[in-house]
Parts: sequence; C-alpha cells; structure tokens
Amino acid sequence: MARPFTPKVITANALLEGDAIWLTADDQWTRVMSEAELIEDEAHGDLRMLFAASQAHVVVGPYLADAKAGENGPEPVHFRENFRTTGPSNYAHGKQVEL
Amino acid sequence: MYHYNDFDQDFVQERVSQFRAQVERRIDGSLTEDEFRPLRLMNGLYLQLHAYMLRVAIPYGTVRPDQMRMLATLAEKWDKGYGHFTTRQNIQYNWPKLADVPDMLDALASVGMHAIQTSGNTIRNVTADHFAGAAADEIADPRPVAELLRQWSMDHPQFQFLPRKFKIAITGSPNDRAVTKAHDIGLRMVEKNGEPGYEVVVGGGLGRTPMVGKVIRDFLPQADLLPYVEAVVSVWNILGRRDNKYKARIKITVHEHGIDKIRELVEEEFAQIRPQFTGVDQALLANIQSQFTTPTFRTAPVEGYLAERDANPAFRSWSDTNLSDHKAPGYAIVSVSLKRHGATPGDASADQMRVLADLAETYGHGDLRISHEQNVILPHVHKSDLPAIYAALRDADLHTANIGLISDIIACPGMDYCALATARAIPVAQEIATRFDELKLEHEIGALKIKISGCINACGHHHVGHIGILGLDRAGVENYQITLGGDGTETAVIGQRAGPGFAYDQIVPAIERLITAYLELRTDEEETFLEAYKRLGVAPFKTALYPEEKANAA
Repeated sequence: MARPFTPKVITANALLEGDAIWLTADDQWTRVMSEAELIEDEAHGDLRMLFAASQAHVVVGPYLADAKAGENGPEPVHFRENFRTTGPSNYAHGKQVEL
Repeated sequence: MYHYNDFDQDFVQERVSQFRAQVERRIDGSLTEDEFRPLRLMNGLYLQLHAYMLRVAIPYGTVRPDQMRMLATLAEKWDKGYGHFTTRQNIQYNWPKLADVPDMLDALASVGMHAIQTSGNTIRNVTADHFAGAAADEIADPRPVAELLRQWSMDHPQFQFLPRKFKIAITGSPNDRAVTKAHDIGLRMVEKNGEPGYEVVVGGGLGRTPMVGKVIRDFLPQADLLPYVEAVVSVWNILGRRDNKYKARIKITVHEHGIDKIRELVEEEFAQIRPQFTGVDQALLANIQSQFTTPTFRTAPVEGYLAERDANPAFRSWSDTNLSDHKAPGYAIVSVSLKRHGATPGDASADQMRVLADLAETYGHGDLRISHEQNVILPHVHKSDLPAIYAALRDADLHTANIGLISDIIACPGMDYCALATARAIPVAQEIATRFDELKLEHEIGALKIKISGCINACGHHHVGHIGILGLDRAGVENYQITLGGDGTETAVIGQRAGPGFAYDQIVPAIERLITAYLELRTDEEETFLEAYKRLGVAPFKTALYPEEKANAA
C-alpha cells in the first residue's frame, strides 16, 4: 500500500542572495514560509517540482520539505526547516531581523 | 613572512578574472547550477543553509596586519560585519551575495590572499602550529615548508580531482599543537644525528571513521620531503575508493591495505619520482626561508609587567591563562580568545580584527596567527607591552581569560549555518561557556578541551576532545552524544563514546554532572580531567552522566 502523502512546501535557495525561499501558489518565490503553497497531493507536488526545476535562473536546489498547516499558513515540521525560516539561532542576524 | 612574487600575484589575479566571468555566466543563465557548482567550489564558494559561504585560506594560520584589515573590510562591506575563523585556519564569510564574490576575491588578491582549493577534492589549506617561529619548544619553524607545500599543491594538475579532500598539517615542535595525527598527512619536524628531517604520519582523520595516523617514515631527510609527499598522494590517488565517498579518504586506504603495503607502494613511487626533483624545490625552499626571518627582538625591562600583575588581578588571571612561553627572553606568545562567554566560538567582528591588526603592528612585529582552536595569536610580544595590549583587548571585548579552559571550546558551525549539519553546535558551546562562567568554576577546573561537532563529519574535532560532543538528528530531534578521553596532541587518542545521547536541553546539565564528578574524583588540583579519566577509566564518569541507570540497577 502506498504511503500516505504528508503535506509539503517547495523550498530552495535564491540564486543571487543564497537565502531560503519558498514557492507560492501563484508561482512566486517568497522569503516568508507562511506565504508558501502547502502541497497536500503527491501528483500536484510532482507538477510543482517540475515548475521549480524550470526556475534554475532564480533558484538553486529546490526540494520538497515537510510542512503542516498553521494559523497563518504553512509551518515547518522539522527543526532544520524551522531554522531556515528564522536564520541562525546563535544570535539574531538572519531572517529573524531581516523580515 | 611570505610575500607573493609576480607569478603568485598574476596567478591569483587571473583566477579571480576567470571566476568573475563564470559568475556572470551563471547569473545570465549561460551556465547551469550543475555546471557552475564545481567552478564555485574550486574558488571556496559554498551554498549553505541560509546563504552562500566563502571560505578563505589563511595558509599555516599566518596573517599580516594589512591582510587582517582586508579580512575586516570584507566582513564589513560584503557580509554582516564579522568573520568566522575555523579549525583549519581558514576564515569563513557566512552571508556574501553571489555577484559580490568576485569583488571579494579581488580585494583578497590585492593583499596576497585567495580562496582557491578551500573546497573540492584537492589538497586543502596546509595548516601548521600556530606558535610557529615563536615557541620555546620549537625545533624549527615549519612555515617555510608549509609554504613550499602550498605552492606545490596549488593547482597541481595531478591532484585537482582526488578521491576526496586531502589535508596536510605540520609542526616544528615535539608538543603537537597542529593535530598532525588527525590529518591525511601529518609532518613532524625532527632531528636525527644533527640532521633535520620529518616523521611522516599518514591516514589520520576524524569524520565518521575516526583514526589516528600511522607512521610511514620515522625519519625523512628534509630534501626528500616534496617527492615523498607527492608519492603518498599519488599512491592514494590511484588506490583511493572513488566508488564510495565515505571510504575515499586515505585513512580508509591505509586501513584496507595496511600501512606496510602502503609504505611499500609509496617507497616504489618515491624511488621513481625522486630523480625528477633535481634541487629546484630546495632552491625554492631556501628562497621561501629567506622571507621567514626571525624578528629583531629587543631587550627591555619587564618590571612594569610584573608590577601590573601584582596590582591587577584580572590582568594576572589573563596573563596566567593566555600567555605561552616564547623562545626569546622577555617575550611571550599571546593567545587572544575569540571565546567570550556566550559568544560564537571563532567569530570576530570587523572592528576586533582591526584592533588585532593594530596590536600586531604596534607591539607584535607585524605578525598574527589563527589557531586551529579558533583563536588569534600575537606570537611575538615583549612582556613590557602586555599591560597596554591587555587594555586594548579589554576595550575591544577580546580579553577573556580562558585559553585552554572549559569555555575555550571548538564548535563547528553546525545547523546554524552548515547545510550538512544534523544538529546545532554553536548554541551548545555558548550555553556551556555561560553556565560555567555563572558557576565561577572555570579556573578551578583547569585545563580541559571540549570540542563539539554538529554532524558526523566532525569538523568540531569532537573525537579528540577531552570531552567530545556530537550533535545528531534522532527522529527529528536534536540529540547529543558524548565521547570521553580524546586527545589531539602528540599522544593522540580517539575518545570513547560514553553512552546514549542527550536531548538539547539535557546536554549542558550532563556536562555539569561530568565536571562535578571530576572535581570530586581528582587527586588534587594538579590532576587534569584527561589525567583523571586515564587513571579512573570511563566507569565513574558514566555513573555521573547516567545516574538513572545506576538507580534502576540498584
């Protein structure tokens, strides 16, 4: 039996700045994860990854990351993805102060 | 100190121009990421968790004041105002923008620096004892040889696509401050019947399969060094496991074939290539050596230093901890701690870098070093200047008196920066340092090396920490394993895993229990943690770490 699909977002690094970005439902790349499209269907995820792969002129290394629905939009599930939304935790100088 | 000649300068400048064009082609879409990635890595540019990271080489840890000021300029102009000094005597910038990197490299080239071969499967930055040329216990300054190795390995056509990265470290002192036994090749300068030479160690390394290197030649005459090193790398280049990157390092090759077989093959190769080295390398070495002249040391009274020690307990504490013996009378080696309690180990702000450059220029014969322990060294300081240096360091928040103590922690960037990491390392170091500062036990505990890695690759050298901490991902949660009894010196030993790991919020209390046990178990204040561990074995420390197991067993 196929494994159930857990919700995901598409994330990558921006080509020019290198920072973490996420794909929105209207084909934009956002610096704010909660604005990302939450993908709840595997086939749709495959299609969106095809789109992300076509964006090689603006992003590097797109991948599907586990996410969950939050009050304001998608939220990270794993601590690694959580750090990518905020920046380093040793002191505040990443996205936590930029956005 | 070595200054680039015209060839060096042209070479580095040409590489910057080449890379500038490659970056332009990546940005305009002419190069795909797959095509660009190896090119950027050849120039030390990574893409990490949050941003690009540029790794700049500081060969054998030696840096001039003008170079340090340029490192500060890069931090200020193209980064977030700081740089991060690493365990391989590099500096990393964590936030450059892709389009700015060629300008950063241009700026570096203007002071004789570069980022070439700080990544990729090549011979990496050659590291050395950070007290080289200054230490009282030194046989000879290893830096000219390190510079010779740098020039030989730079863009060496045979060694650009090795099975994996290759790291060489060299020390000129019997007391090994360069962790030579944990390198692919470790070179220890020795003398035999009055003749200078090297003990050559191969196959050391940490990572997922930690190994202490094995002696392949107990005495190699000085003139044979370059052909012998070339023979070692050549043999491994053929034998190395290109089928499996986790088995590709020379330590695995030595392990699989045995040191005797590797020695036999290296000696065969050496015999073949030795005649090709007709002495040009020795002429080059002599030229390099002429640039590493000993400073003209002065004679001056040290009463002012002694008086300040008597008058100022903070200065006395700092000088007791942060000074090392210099070969010249009246002189000291100053280790400047980049480990202020609660700070990120190895980080220095642009302003702090400039203060260090100024101090080196005013008081330190224009010489600075970066240690593999992520601190900065002023190698040649007359003791009469120490009060002024201390005052300047205090003003710059660089006066922490903790060299070699529990808060002088090596910590890799971990998951706060590194794309490979599986857990954080820096915040654990910050919290341990803060906790023991609160307890005011640091100086009572004495000499102790804690080393923390945020993944199995062991960039934080946890295997050779007296207390090693390895951060892992256990079912989506940060988990920290402790190793005990590691040693990175001439008596190198890989630490033993103590038992199950600890959750993030439990690792600092675990370290506190461990240290409390040590304080209770040691024979007297002279017995260090490592000595106590060697005397007592792991059992009492395991009991301290896992008290619930003892309770359950009762």
